[in-house]
Amino acid sequence: MPRKPASPPAELPFEEAYSRLELAVQRLESGGLSLDEALSLYQEGMQLAGLCTHLLDNAELRVTQLSAFPDGDAAV
Amino acid sequence: MQVFSVGQVVRYLKDVLEYDAILADLWIGGEVSNFSRARSGHCYFVVKDAVSQINCVLFRGPGGYDRDLGNGQAVLVHGKVSVYETRGELQMVVDVVQPEGVGALALEFERLKTKLEAEGLFELGRKRRLPLFPQRIGVVTSPTGAVWHDIQQVITRRYPLVELVLAPTAVQGEQAAPGVEDALRRLNLRDDIDLIIVARGGGSLEDLWAFNEERVARAIFASRIPVISGVGHETDTTIADWVADRRGPTPSVAAEIAVPDRQELRSHVLLDQRRLKGALADTMGRARTSLDSLRMRLGALAPPIDRERQRVDDQTRLLTLHLQRLLDARRNAIALRVSQLDAFNPQHTLARGYALVQRGDTGTVVTRPDQAAPGAALMITVADGAFPALSGPPIAGGAPVPPQQNAEPPRPAAPKAPRKRKEPPQEQMQLL
Repeated sequence: MPRKPASPPAELPFEEAYSRLELAVQRLESGGLSLDEALSLYQEGMQLAGLCTHLLDNAELRVTQLSAFPDGDAAV
Repeated sequence: MQVFSVGQVVRYLKDVLEYDAILADLWIGGEVSNFSRARSGHCYFVVKDAVSQINCVLFRGPGGYDRDLGNGQAVLVHGKVSVYETRGELQMVVDVVQPEGVGALALEFERLKTKLEAEGLFELGRKRRLPLFPQRIGVVTSPTGAVWHDIQQVITRRYPLVELVLAPTAVQGEQAAPGVEDALRRLNLRDDIDLIIVARGGGSLEDLWAFNEERVARAIFASRIPVISGVGHETDTTIADWVADRRGPTPSVAAEIAVPDRQELRSHVLLDQRRLKGALADTMGRARTSLDSLRMRLGALAPPIDRERQRVDDQTRLLTLHLQRLLDARRNAIALRVSQLDAFNPQHTLARGYALVQRGDTGTVVTRPDQAAPGAALMITVADGAFPALSGPPIAGGAPVPPQQNAEPPRPAAPKAPRKRKEPPQEQMQLL
């Protein structure tokens, strides 16, 4: 069986990283995996966890502002 | 007859009025006229109806009731009725002014709420689920004021991973309702907004009135993007709150509802890491156990070499033992036979004193006297050797006499000697 790529892309939106992490945990806990698959999944999970933590710790709020009504339509 | 001064009479009137329970604390409803504001900030006006009128004074104070006061307004005023001594005039000192219009607004609110509810705008089933991890949130509120600042603070604290897009608008007055409606429209035209917050701080029913307007209600209802409302204080509920997909009692709470808390998320990720480690350890543990179990089963199935080797050794040893026993048995049997044979050894007989007589020429053993005719050459073998002899002349009387007195009693175990092999087997048995 071909080994699946163990590392997720470096930048993922938080929601995706988080849900993939949850999935990895569930699959690893449900058992029935070969040692090979288990190790691979573990690595992927830990990497995703690291990414999630990084995103949570380093995020800065971005704020933009539309132009005021009634100047309105120009700034969509 | 008593004559009073004007001052005394006016003072007397004032006392009478001020001691009256009703006049000391009452509400009057009427229309404002002759309104003027003195430089001091105090307001002087008249409250009148079709029949009569009363002068009023509203002293400058923190209530802010003078703000919207003007001629023609229908008002309810609260205060006490007394006499302004100097002018000798009836006067009400007003402390609270309530526009009579409040009642009208409340009626309008009920009317609209009933109408829109009937149309299904408040329907629970229609309310959308909020995205768990929004990426971009649209905020409809005033760009000035505390609300926008508070929302930014809450989001920064809880979940700064989002981008906030402010759609600025007036939130009270005539421009508010169309402004909110337009802001919602513009946010819905974009394809990158996950969630909208409509927010406004606390205020009176009039201040909040835009959020009770029909056009705002319909704009929220029509929004493709889910809307959280955060209008006024906890006790204020506007029609916008009823229509929205979720309501926050205040703008700050609305912002909290909009996003997850990153502290909780951090804890959850840590927990996930622990679970990953645990699950991996379990998997490896299971694999190890499985391997051990297989090894044991394998061991139980195949005949182990060592055991077989040991069995071979055992068998060899047993075999050797048997052979040894056999050999010993044979040896014993032979020894036995040898000793049995030995019993026939003529040497024993000779040792007892018997002699073996043989003919000197032929070597034939002499058993009869006629074999040893006088003069015959004989060989006599005794225990310790042999010597030749000549048979002597015949003995008178003829019959030889066996020398019985010298005979030793034959050993009980030994057979009679010298006997040939024809000894009966019974005697051999005795030996055994």
